[in-house]
This record gives sequence, C-alpha cells and structure tokens, in this order.
Amino acid sequence: MIEARTLPRLFAGATNRPLSLEAHEEMFRPAGNVASLLDELDASGLVGRGGAAFPTTRKVQLLRNQRGHKYVVVNGMEGEPAAHKDNRLLSTNPHLVLDGAEMLATMIGASRIAICVARDNPTVVHHVEQAIHERARRNLRGPGIDLHTPPWRYVAGEESALVHWLDDNESLPQYRPDRPHILRIGRGPAMVDNAETCANVGLIGRYGAQWFRALGTHDHPGSVVVSVTGAVTRPNVLEVNLGTPISSLLASAGADPAPQAVLLGGYGGAWLRGDQINTPYCNEALAPLSLSVGAGVAAVLPRQACGIIEAHRVVRWMAHESARQCGPCAFGLPALAEDLLAVVRGGRDGVAAIARLQDRCNVIEGRGACRHPDGVVRFVRSSIDVFAADIDNHLRGAPCAGARSSQRYLTVPALEHEEDLIWE
Amino acid sequence: MGVIRRAGMFILQVNPILCDGFGHCAELAPELVHLDEWGYPIISHDPVPLADIGSYESARYAERGCPRQALHVAKVNAPAPITNVAMPLPSSVSRKRRPL
Repeated sequence: MIEARTLPRLFAGATNRPLSLEAHEEMFRPAGNVASLLDELDASGLVGRGGAAFPTTRKVQLLRNQRGHKYVVVNGMEGEPAAHKDNRLLSTNPHLVLDGAEMLATMIGASRIAICVARDNPTVVHHVEQAIHERARRNLRGPGIDLHTPPWRYVAGEESALVHWLDDNESLPQYRPDRPHILRIGRGPAMVDNAETCANVGLIGRYGAQWFRALGTHDHPGSVVVSVTGAVTRPNVLEVNLGTPISSLLASAGADPAPQAVLLGGYGGAWLRGDQINTPYCNEALAPLSLSVGAGVAAVLPRQACGIIEAHRVVRWMAHESARQCGPCAFGLPALAEDLLAVVRGGRDGVAAIARLQDRCNVIEGRGACRHPDGVVRFVRSSIDVFAADIDNHLRGAPCAGARSSQRYLTVPALEHEEDLIWE
Repeated sequence: MGVIRRAGMFILQVNPILCDGFGHCAELAPELVHLDEWGYPIISHDPVPLADIGSYESARYAERGCPRQALHVAKVNAPAPITNVAMPLPSSVSRKRRPL
C-alpha cells in the first residue's frame, strides 16, 4: 500500500523496465476497504487528464445508461509533440492503466477494452503488448483487451477521431452537433479515457476516494503528470501534487528561474507570463488567467528567445496537422500561420497582419468539427497578448535578439509533404 | 385570414465536414448565413423564433438547396443549451421485457 500523501503514486516503483504483473501487484496491494467503485469514483472528484478536464464520473453515468455492446477505449496516443506522459506511464506501469480500464469496464458494463498507442512508438507498443500477454497468461477474468495502433497524428488522439479509427480505420474527427454525444464503434457505445485517467481510476479502485483526495485541491484532486520541456537542463516527466507552484515544478527540471513565458496545456494551450510562475498548478488557480492544466505540458521559453517566431513555428505545424475536413480549419489555420510570419518579418505588412489576425481568430473559432482550430486560436490570441512588446519591436523593424539567433526552444516535428501524411 | 402562430425556435446548423463551400446557402438564406473569406458559411448559434416565417422559409430553402446536404434546420424548444447530463440510473432496473 502506498501512503496517501506520498509521491510518486502513478510512478511508484518505477525503474527502467516496465513493472511485471507480479511486481505491480506487490507494489499496489489493494487496501480492501473499497465498497462500491461507482461511489468511490463519484466521491473522488477525478477529472479527465486528457486536456478537457471532464469529470470521469459524469462520463461513467452517461455510458451506464446506454445499452449494447460497450467499449472502453484507453487513449495513449500522445498527440502533443511536447508531451511524454502517456508514453512514460505505459512504459513504466502498463498494468496500472489496464487495471483502471478494467474497473471502468466493470462500472459501465463494457465487454471489450481497446488500448490505443500510436504505431510510431514501437517501444511503448511492445511494452503494452507484453503486459497484455502477461495478463492473458495469468488467465485473469474480465473483459478482453485489444491493442490498437493508429498512426500518430495530432488530431488522431482526439476522441472522435480515435473512435472513427477503431470503427472505420480513419483517424479523422467526426461531426457531433449535440453535446454530450455518445461515440459508437459499430453500434456499441464507447467511452474514451486518457491513459493517465485510467491509471488514477486504478488507484481509486484500490485505495478509495479519501486516499485519492489527500493530494491536490478540492476541485482538482489528485496528482498529475507533467512533461517539462523547452529551455530546461533536464527535460523530464514529473508527477506533482496539483496545487504545487509552477516555479517549483520548473525548478525540479532545472529550468531558467526567470523565464519569459511558459506554455501550459500543450500546443492548443496558452502562455503563462514569466512573472506569474508562482501560480499554483491546478485548474482552479489557472482558470482566472484563462489557462488550464490541459494535457500536462509545461514548455519553458527563456528571456533570449523570440516568442513570436516560436508561435509561428507551432501554428504552422498545427495548420499542417489539420485533418483538412472543415474549411475554416483547412484554410484558416494556414492563413493564421502566414499572418504570424508577416508579423515576424515586420514592416507595413506586419501591421496589416496583426489586425487581420484578430479578425481571423474570431471568424475561425468554434467552426470546426473538433476543437483543433479552437486550440490554435487560443494559442494565437495568447501569443499576441503575452508577446505584445516583442511584436511592437518587430513591427517597428527592430526585432529582438532571439529573432537573429538560430536557436529554437519548442519541439516541433518536421513538416511532411501533404500527400505523405498517413491517416489510416 | 388566420395568423399562423408557431411556438419554438430553430437553428440552422452546418456540418463543417460535409460543407465544401459552394456558397448556395448565402444566396438562399442571406439573413442567416454570411460567408467568410474562404467561402464557408458563418451561421449564428442563436436560435431564431419559428414565428419569423421569412427566416424559417429561407432556412428550409438553404437546407434543400445545399449541394452537399450539409445544412440542417434543428428545432429547439428551450434556448438554453443542455449542460448537465448526470442521470444516475437506479441500481435495480429490470431489463426484462414487458409481456405484449
């Protein structure tokens, strides 16, 4: 049994190798005082760790009321290029994630579990495969577990795209006019949960809600896995108590103590100003700054970097990763990237581009089938706001020193040719 | 001559995946649809009363005239969107079918 107030929880007993089933059961001994999984999950107040922070218990209630051949889909796709949490979790303790998925399956009455890992991460795929074999050898009862390997795309980890892939082998988001919408594989309702959420459910099912609430804040309880990247000496995946000051979590990765800004929540997230890094890392404290924990990314941008160039790189890549299904996303996002490039170059075109950016953001927002364009709009707005002084310098024709150096800080994958993008 | 009184509201919804930006909707329902710079429709999310017959008829024209069948006129009763979905199911629900 793990003590309630100790960290790490999810990474307890982590070594370089994934925990075997025996070691996992040794490490996480059930406390044996969990009466009803549903009540405990309800009392724990767990919210989804995939980015939207949707209460897991609401999702379970919604799916319990459905009929048919149900599925639990574990989302380990790790769409964010700056995030490594799902990969780290699945390659240190895949059994905890699978335990959580089995508990969720029991709660909603699902007959199959589909665990999705991008095929571009062969090591993680291998670890998960091993874990499933280990469980099959033990002949544990319960729902069957299948491993699925969709191609890695930014939007492929979006829940409707994932279900579309499981249903029809296409990683494209679906149109859902009425929310909440029950996603279906064939005719069977599917519940999609992030791998970290499943791991937390695995802990709640063992030790109960009170144990779970010993860490974190009232509205956002538990611990969270954060990938700290950017200008840090030790890029790392950390498990922290929700409510820890962001400065201390950056310090433990060896970050610059006075950064220019920190990107929170991933590439569809927003920037935290360098002077606000003492804010607690939880949604309650970040919401007034219109920020959120999101997918658990903190990318540090140092003083000497040019924020607007980094923003352009991210938006250009995000535009490239659009599924090109909806017009406002397929045409709007490249237009945003072009405007940002005009701002980087400065001059009269830049001044026009800044005005156009605001209008285009308003036009694009909320008009895609998924939230991909909304995330990019949020990122662009936040960049314009946080790097306002830098943008002024660029427009006056005196770009910052960071613009002249060739050093870049955010991880952005190389752009592939549009025809080489694999969606199925 | 009777006055037709209709209660309720409607929204014109577009499926952005099906929409290819033909722009017929902006011709058929100019009071509801504007086009953005790429030719895709911008439609307000606010419900329109059904009593506004002119708007309703043009919405129906737009729905029928869309070459990709991407438009849909949805009737809404309450203007407020559905937010809360927690519906606890009683634990002892009998799944038995009633005799015919």
